[in-house]
Amino acid sequence: MTDRPIKVLIAKPGLDGHDRGAKVLARGLRDEGFEVVYTGLRQTPEMVATAALQEDVDVVGLSILSGAHMTLVPRICALLREKGMDDVLVAAGGIIPDVDVPALKESGVAAVFGPGTTIHEVAEFLRANARPRD
Amino acid sequence: MAETRAPAGDEAAVSARARALCDAALAGDRRSLARLLTAVENRTALAEAALRRLYPIAGRAQIVGVTGPPGAGKSTLVAALIAELRRAGRPVAVVAVDPSSPITGGAVLGDRVRMQAYSSDDGVFIRSMAARGHSGGLSSAAAAAAAVFDAVGFDVVLIETVGTGQAEVEVAATADTTVVVEAPEMGDEIQAIKAGLLEVADIVVVNKGDRPGAHRTAAQLQAMLFHPTSLEAPQGRSVPKNPEVLVTTAATGEGVPGLLAAIDRHRSSAHDSLGSQARLKRAEAQVWAVLVDRLHERVRSLEAAQDESAGDASIAPGGLGEGAARAGGGGSTGAGELLRAVASHQLDPFAAADALLALLTGDADRPGGAGGRGTR
Repeated sequence: MTDRPIKVLIAKPGLDGHDRGAKVLARGLRDEGFEVVYTGLRQTPEMVATAALQEDVDVVGLSILSGAHMTLVPRICALLREKGMDDVLVAAGGIIPDVDVPALKESGVAAVFGPGTTIHEVAEFLRANARPRD
Repeated sequence: MAETRAPAGDEAAVSARARALCDAALAGDRRSLARLLTAVENRTALAEAALRRLYPIAGRAQIVGVTGPPGAGKSTLVAALIAELRRAGRPVAVVAVDPSSPITGGAVLGDRVRMQAYSSDDGVFIRSMAARGHSGGLSSAAAAAAAVFDAVGFDVVLIETVGTGQAEVEVAATADTTVVVEAPEMGDEIQAIKAGLLEVADIVVVNKGDRPGAHRTAAQLQAMLFHPTSLEAPQGRSVPKNPEVLVTTAATGEGVPGLLAAIDRHRSSAHDSLGSQARLKRAEAQVWAVLVDRLHERVRSLEAAQDESAGDASIAPGGLGEGAARAGGGGSTGAGELLRAVASHQLDPFAAADALLALLTGDADRPGGAGGRGTR
């Protein structure tokens, strides 16, 4: 079926305990017709990669407000590749300075969504860029 | 079961891909297992080919349904059961179903939040599924997903339903053992004697045992659900179950070893004649589900073929091909026309169904027609 919902993992790697944004996005993407798996707080990169693999998601969305994105995000991207999930779209959001964005994209992130991004923008980006799968 | 039936030329390629995925999953490759589950969820032609390979291997796992109202603690209890099973070294898979939005088709699958302690343990595999419009508390793919987990060697498959009310009893037809989870003070004795969910329970758990009233609720349930075995129904009549009633506190793990012991006890007692009857009923339900799917699919392609021959631009969803087109376009009573006649009350639904059945069986009898695609 080509019209099956896109499946998205929303993950909170690292130690910050603020997941209001992640929950709002999960709910918003639900309303945009996505199937959203939410992992909960304080995930290790390994936990995120395992969840992405078991759920066979099309998109991994990482919400980080702790400032540890330069450590966590590349590690998660590497783990996903290691597990054969190099076809999964990775997006990041939260508090990520512009200067860090090129390096994150280098490590495998397709997009970085900062404060002020609308849910509709995120949804449109995911629809356009998540690879179609059977 | 596939809604996207592959054209005949692709069939060999699909079955080769299915075989490769099955072999890899059986060899322990988790990525292939995850992919198989996706195919099963999306009801693709590949899934059907894979399930045909895996079904004969399955049948060893213990399939446990966990159901109950939202917030009773199903996910937390499943997490506690995972911990208990892993302590015993038993590999466990989870199918966790959450509801889909009836408005947008989207879903938030949040059961994993309670089950995240086992990400580096290869003996645990958790898969969330959206119900995708299927009523009854499960996703229509839940039973097939359980069969896949069963085939690749998981000892126990826990199926967690969406939060259920009184009548979502489908899980009982899917699981070997059905655990109904209740929270304290959820209702009085009258709630307990109503027909429905509690009737299909093999085990009733009052969770949140640290809350006031938990043991009183358990005692009430025990009293109202008890069915004296001395009052055996006459032969052939269905006998109400006589569920064990337990109290757990899933968040601390209290009472969970006792629950696992009860599940195992139920499994061994289910290996008698009653158990085999239950398995027969489950097989019947599975075959009927596929049969209904196939019937739907063929009626739809009859409609589409007729619409096409009438010059309509709509496209056949399954594209069943010439057989259907001949059957649908040949006579003056095509599927679409029948439905329109029912819609305008010129024909009653019974007569329309009979006419459709006649159309379909005529189609199936045609040598080389669409009916001949059962070959492996």
